Amino acid sequence: MRRFTLIVVPYFWLLALFLVPFLIVLKISLSDTAVAIPPYTPTLDLSQGWAGFKDFLSGLDFENFTFLTTDDLYWKAYLSSVKIATIATILTLIVAYPIAYGMASAPDHWRPTLMMLVILPFWTSFLIRVYSWVGILSNEGYLNQFLLGIGVISEPLTILNTNTAVYIGIVYTYLPFMILPIYSALERMDGSLLEAAEDLGCSRASAFWLVTIPLSKNGIIAGCFLVFIPTIGEFVIPSLLGGSQTLMIGKVLWEEFFNNRDWPVASAVAVILLLILIIPIVLFQRNEQKQREAEG
Amino acid sequence: MSQTVFAPWNDPQAKPLIQFKNVTKRFGDFIAIDNQSFDIYAQEFFALLGPSGCGKTTMMRMLAGFETPTEGTILLAGQDIAPIPPNKRAVNMMFQSYALFPHLSVWENIAFGLKRDNMPKDKIAERVDQMLKLTRLEKFGKRKPHQISGGQRQRVALARSLAKAPKLLLLDEPLGALDAKLRQETQFELMDIQEKTGTTFVIVTHDQEEAMTVASRVAVMDHGRIIQADTPANIYEMPNSVYVADFIGEVTIIEGRATKSGKGYDVTYGEGVPPLRAHSDTVLQNGQACHLAIRPEKVTITADPPQGADNAVQGKIIDIAYLGNLSTYHVELPNGQMIKAQSANTRRLSRRSFTWEDTVWLSWTATAGVLLEG
Repeated sequence: MRRFTLIVVPYFWLLALFLVPFLIVLKISLSDTAVAIPPYTPTLDLSQGWAGFKDFLSGLDFENFTFLTTDDLYWKAYLSSVKIATIATILTLIVAYPIAYGMASAPDHWRPTLMMLVILPFWTSFLIRVYSWVGILSNEGYLNQFLLGIGVISEPLTILNTNTAVYIGIVYTYLPFMILPIYSALERMDGSLLEAAEDLGCSRASAFWLVTIPLSKNGIIAGCFLVFIPTIGEFVIPSLLGGSQTLMIGKVLWEEFFNNRDWPVASAVAVILLLILIIPIVLFQRNEQKQREAEG
Repeated sequence: MSQTVFAPWNDPQAKPLIQFKNVTKRFGDFIAIDNQSFDIYAQEFFALLGPSGCGKTTMMRMLAGFETPTEGTILLAGQDIAPIPPNKRAVNMMFQSYALFPHLSVWENIAFGLKRDNMPKDKIAERVDQMLKLTRLEKFGKRKPHQISGGQRQRVALARSLAKAPKLLLLDEPLGALDAKLRQETQFELMDIQEKTGTTFVIVTHDQEEAMTVASRVAVMDHGRIIQADTPANIYEMPNSVYVADFIGEVTIIEGRATKSGKGYDVTYGEGVPPLRAHSDTVLQNGQACHLAIRPEKVTITADPPQGADNAVQGKIIDIAYLGNLSTYHVELPNGQMIKAQSANTRRLSRRSFTWEDTVWLSWTATAGVLLEG
């Protein structure tokens, strides 16, 4: 009984906060637009009883999903999102690994402070932090002023409203999600393993490739998924920092909902996005599972 | 047929494999190794023994190349090894934690060092199989380190460090993680493998029994100095200092003053008690303060006054440490001096002749005790 109660709580949580909203979105995606509140039909009218429910079911169809295949905007946006997310994940990894490595090799008494510094930005609003990048990256921004000031460039660089700005924004925002799992993998590593590798004939560099990297593999994989999965659906960063040519599915979704007020199509976009995300999420879970088994 | 005793340290012609020459190592203000010079010969099983923080691990890490001496030189086969990085030394180390690569199988762990030498593949396979056989791990090649037992892991670590056929193998507390029974078995295995491969072994340990069992010579260390380096028998029977006598095994140390008398010395250790007789090669001044170290197993315990013993004292049993095969009796003399006496429990416990509060006689010969300056 005790066990049952323990299991019920998280399942209820999932049911109420994930499954029910998802079913609502799924239902909307199968509906048609209407000039009404809410802006779609059919709506479930239970006062008619069984006949009303049958009416409701017959009003649902896959029209919106078919529509997504007819306009190439959508699959281009999906593809572009995956591409941007992939590149951004790799860039984040490149920036995060040395930071995590430095934190793990820092003296013990420094580590809590360094950890704090990584987490600290979360205490400020995400929106404000992204806005501040507008101030840094714009043509009259701090970065251009600084570079002009020290004479590296003579013309201001156009960074804001390009994909570069989007990458900078994503790397900046998701850096802690990459650093923390890698740090925790590196921190657990036994320092004598590197000495053993050296003792057996490795140079410092080859010991890094043959021992440090493989042993932090699980941290790298976890970090990559933690960055990749939310980045695909990212909306705030591309709309604030990206330009007109930055095509991401999160932005398309927003426009369908709020500019076109086409809730059914927007919901269909969201459902497909979820289906795309299920693949990396399942892979991520399997990686976690494997790691637990190896440690078990 | 007489067997030649392996004792290159007594042969002035023998060339040592390793020479420490006035080696000092400092970490900041802390002196880890204090101006030490000593030699280790090829095919020796040399043990560095001491309490934690005595510098034994630093000594080993300098041989491996993870530390460099602050002053002095270390020669390996006549060559100064200070400028040679650890990955270029013909020295391998077996780590205390074993440091097996968790992402590699047993086979790949052993092959790791060989691959770094760009050895041809078939040669690597041959060598790894040979090592697996030597350490009786043939069946476990495909397993990962976390899938085998502690004892097997220890053998993988040994196989990996021996695979490159180093001139010198360093073992850092190699048996520390094993339970007592497995440790004893493994000690003999280690000696066996050392003999088979003819490799020079240097072992670091804080376990004196382990050092005594495996080593051809034991160096007892304290505060960055080697106090005595000698064969286990000499360390035990002829310690050169109170520290060594006290560190190795059980001992009773009696403080007194020496007076030359006949072939040996009379040691006066209290008012109104007859002095103790001790033969010694150590030359002491008359009246010089000294310590007499007596091993408990060399003291005979009897109920009646012994006949013709060089030393005989009477006392009361205060404590009995029952070890199963042996019992150690702590006997207090009338002047308060405690003396330990050990006797084998050849009879069943119920028929033991002595118990607490019994008055007994202790006796030992003049050669049983070791007279130390003090």
